[in-house]
Amino acid sequence: MNEWTNTGREPDPLPSSLAGPTAPGLGEPQAEVEETLKRIQSHKGVIGTMVVNAEGIPIRTTLDNSTTVQYAGLLHHLTMKAKSTVRDIDPQNDLTFLRIRSKKHEIMVAPDKEYLLIVIQNPCE
Amino acid sequence: MAPKQKKKSSRGKKSPKPVLAASEDMEPVNMESMGHPEIYPLVLTTKTQEIFSCQIDEDVTDEQPYKLINKEDIFEDLRNRAAVSDFHPVKKIVQEYPGNELLLVYDRDFKYGLNFYLIGTEEGKESYLNPPEVPEEQEEYKEHIPEDVYIYKLPVSKPWVSLGSEKEIEEESVTESTKQITYMISRKRSEFGAPIKFSDQNASSVKDAYIECTAYPDKNFTLKQLEKDVGMQVIPQIKDISTQTKWTYPKNATTQYYPREFSEEEKETLKQSKPLVDFLNNASISVEIALQQNEIMNTFIDDWKYLAEEEGTFGDKTDTHLKEYQSFTDLHSPTEKMITCVSWHPTIYGLIAVSVAVRLSFEDRVHFSGKLLLQPSLILFWSFSDPIHPQLMLESPDDIFCFKFCPSDPNIIAGGCINGQIVMWDITAHADRIENIKAGGGRSKRATLKPMFLLEPESNKEAMYIRHCAVSSIENGHKKVITDIHWLSDTFEINRMGSVFENRSGICCQLVTCSADCTICFWDIRPQKLLTPQTTEKKKEESIEIPFDVPSTFLHLDLSWKPLTKVRLSKGETSLDYCPTKISLNEDHLLCKTQDKMLAQSKTEKAEEMNPYHNLESGMANLLKPIDDFCTKFFVGTEEGEVIYTDWKMEKDPETGRLMSKKPVSHHTVHDGTVHTIQRSPFYNDIILTVGGWNVAIWKEGVMTGPLLQSCCAPKRYTSGHWSLTRPGVFYIGREDGYIDIWDLLEKTHEPAQSQNICITMITYIKPWIFSSKQQFIAIADYYGTLHILEIPWTLSRPSTNEMASVNHYFEREVKHLEYVEQRKKIREQEKKEMELEMAKKKVEIAVPSHRALSSKRGHHVQVPASKKREESMHKTQGQCFPYSKCSINLC
Repeated sequence: MNEWTNTGREPDPLPSSLAGPTAPGLGEPQAEVEETLKRIQSHKGVIGTMVVNAEGIPIRTTLDNSTTVQYAGLLHHLTMKAKSTVRDIDPQNDLTFLRIRSKKHEIMVAPDKEYLLIVIQNPCE
Repeated sequence: MAPKQKKKSSRGKKSPKPVLAASEDMEPVNMESMGHPEIYPLVLTTKTQEIFSCQIDEDVTDEQPYKLINKEDIFEDLRNRAAVSDFHPVKKIVQEYPGNELLLVYDRDFKYGLNFYLIGTEEGKESYLNPPEVPEEQEEYKEHIPEDVYIYKLPVSKPWVSLGSEKEIEEESVTESTKQITYMISRKRSEFGAPIKFSDQNASSVKDAYIECTAYPDKNFTLKQLEKDVGMQVIPQIKDISTQTKWTYPKNATTQYYPREFSEEEKETLKQSKPLVDFLNNASISVEIALQQNEIMNTFIDDWKYLAEEEGTFGDKTDTHLKEYQSFTDLHSPTEKMITCVSWHPTIYGLIAVSVAVRLSFEDRVHFSGKLLLQPSLILFWSFSDPIHPQLMLESPDDIFCFKFCPSDPNIIAGGCINGQIVMWDITAHADRIENIKAGGGRSKRATLKPMFLLEPESNKEAMYIRHCAVSSIENGHKKVITDIHWLSDTFEINRMGSVFENRSGICCQLVTCSADCTICFWDIRPQKLLTPQTTEKKKEESIEIPFDVPSTFLHLDLSWKPLTKVRLSKGETSLDYCPTKISLNEDHLLCKTQDKMLAQSKTEKAEEMNPYHNLESGMANLLKPIDDFCTKFFVGTEEGEVIYTDWKMEKDPETGRLMSKKPVSHHTVHDGTVHTIQRSPFYNDIILTVGGWNVAIWKEGVMTGPLLQSCCAPKRYTSGHWSLTRPGVFYIGREDGYIDIWDLLEKTHEPAQSQNICITMITYIKPWIFSSKQQFIAIADYYGTLHILEIPWTLSRPSTNEMASVNHYFEREVKHLEYVEQRKKIREQEKKEMELEMAKKKVEIAVPSHRALSSKRGHHVQVPASKKREESMHKTQGQCFPYSKCSINLC
């Protein structure tokens, strides 16, 4: 354990090699996740953001629980279906992004092998 | 074949009879069909039998069943008994009979149908009597027989001539060729019925157990196929599977599920996992691109569709003027009157009621009070069909300054008098008179303008004077003129404390009035439960005769009506109170909409059998629990131009224990003159328009800092105002020079969009009304007593597509503006303090100028001498006005 003594002067600046990543906040992955999500959420018109795992279980969300669960379950199925459709047509193709535009808002799904990122945005005023 | 009787006859009596001339047309029935044409069956009655002595079992018996009867006897009988005679049917035969005696035979067995029969020919007779034994005799008979008589002969068997048919028969016949073999099988009886045992055995093991006929390839029948036509098709793999299920009856089954979720710890661990981070980093890139794309432009907009705003317009789109439709003036009144209040009838088309009052100042009123007492103060009902004669005239004890139709029953009208009384009318009895008025467009032919002396009161359109049916108590009510009256909504009611309860009666039963004596009173039209028994004073009052044509709906209220609660608008320590001119309650947006009209109609239809107003029961406020979260606050406009937001709930003063009205929540002095209009927007429940003095203000309930919009001072005083009923951003303001200003918030907010001249004098009241989607009228009342009805053009009545949202947006923007101003105010104060600090430092040396800085939200600094009040400053800067929505004075 280090002992802190008051030397009466300000501490030396850290050498640049030891400086953490330039991302604001801390360099831990947990905060990075938060930061990314907050960035997405702060876009204009975004109603909600959620991260869902491969089985459709939500991991992180900004909406309330029941809405999240509903979106997660339904969109997970839809994404799987879309993915299988794309691959049926061309087995070497794969789904990269899914956007569903409805009258009221737009749902964007970014699929991955293990996770899904779902963002709901209201595009017009 | 008739059996032949081979008995010898014994001749009986013979009596010849003369031949009668045959005059019968009837053909006797003979037995030709049976092969005996000479036999004529007869019925002989007992009488006849006696006459001819051929009685059954006496003269004619089985041994001797016949009798020879003389023809002449028969004829005599025929003569004697004519048609009754039994021989009548065979009269012809008897006449034609060649011989003398006829043979009558008793037919015991009824072979020929009747009990006797007559043999009509000699030959028959002879054959009967002497049956031929030799065929030659028959042949002889045959020769003698005339051709029309057929004698039955037995067929004589001839030798069979073979025609070859026996061969066929032989062929067809089945004969036993072999002798039948008989077997006799026996078995022990005990073995019968014994249980049977089956056993298997191999057929091939037992010899001769079976015989088979095996197939063998026969070379004669083998063919070698050298060519074959084959077609092929590729199909996806098909699998047919079937399974047997057990069918049961359909049952309802439910499942309940809950979604799988991660617990918090799992979420945390996942968050820190590397794959998630990488995924997010990768995914967020594409997501952000997509988000930005949406923000830049909406690619799915159909620009063509958004160009067009309206589908179709009626009339000229550029026509924005209010068109004159009709105007009403009361020509009968001797003094000059002004219209104080206007109200359209809620249900009947084309009916509008105005209250008129004499236009005299207070001193003149006192001076001419004697003359005024003789003239009735009236509420006139005008109909579009007749501009000269009012349809109904409601009498009141004094001039009415405001009145309202009851929303649940348009036949009840409540009005506020100049002397502080509330007057109630019930025109149910005359309802049919006014309902059947056909509102024609324009003048009817009959209503030609006649000189006044020719107008007969007994004409068809005589005006009915209807007396009021109740007035409030003079001592307990208001002391000064009632300036505003409203019916409380039929969904709630209040009690003495001001607490709100649910209104179970379904009708509007409470009123609220405000008057110049600085009080607001709540009234209940239902009979109050009396706490103390009435004394003899009541009996004295009861002896007053009520005119017979006055309905007794509100008899319980007449002259004894006390308000439920009184709210005093006090300013606090000073004795001056706020003097309310108009109030606006939360539920006041039931102005009129066609939907509400239908509801009202259905309500009135239901209430036709039992009008609830005729069976008023006392309120249940004591029994029900109060509604807690009801908003009991309301806006009040005062005579000094202040807008007050206060609460009607009474609270108990902790010291004295009396009920006291609460202090106002907020009050703003915005107008320079009397506030004569406070009105909620029909579209937004919390937007209020206040008109007074020279300007207009729009407020939002809940925003305490000030009005959202405050117009600059107009050149002429504003005297009345009203929201438009269909367009959320439009309102009408009437001026004192007879102009009407039409404001459109979406067009301009600093001045009216349009201005139109209506009349030459001050406009006292404006009231628009919707009749249909195409027809909207606005009633404008002026100071000289004329009511103008104008038609609102298409552009002013039809909202544009996004108007409501745009106006909403505008109000929200203004609210944000106000918040911004508040913040700026704080910043300014801070700056002020800093400036003061600096000034204070220099104060010692330099004299501080005694100026006060007037800062506005736009950062303009207008310096005004310190002694003047803010109102005067407003007047001073009248020439160049900036639309300040919030002004504040910072004092150094």
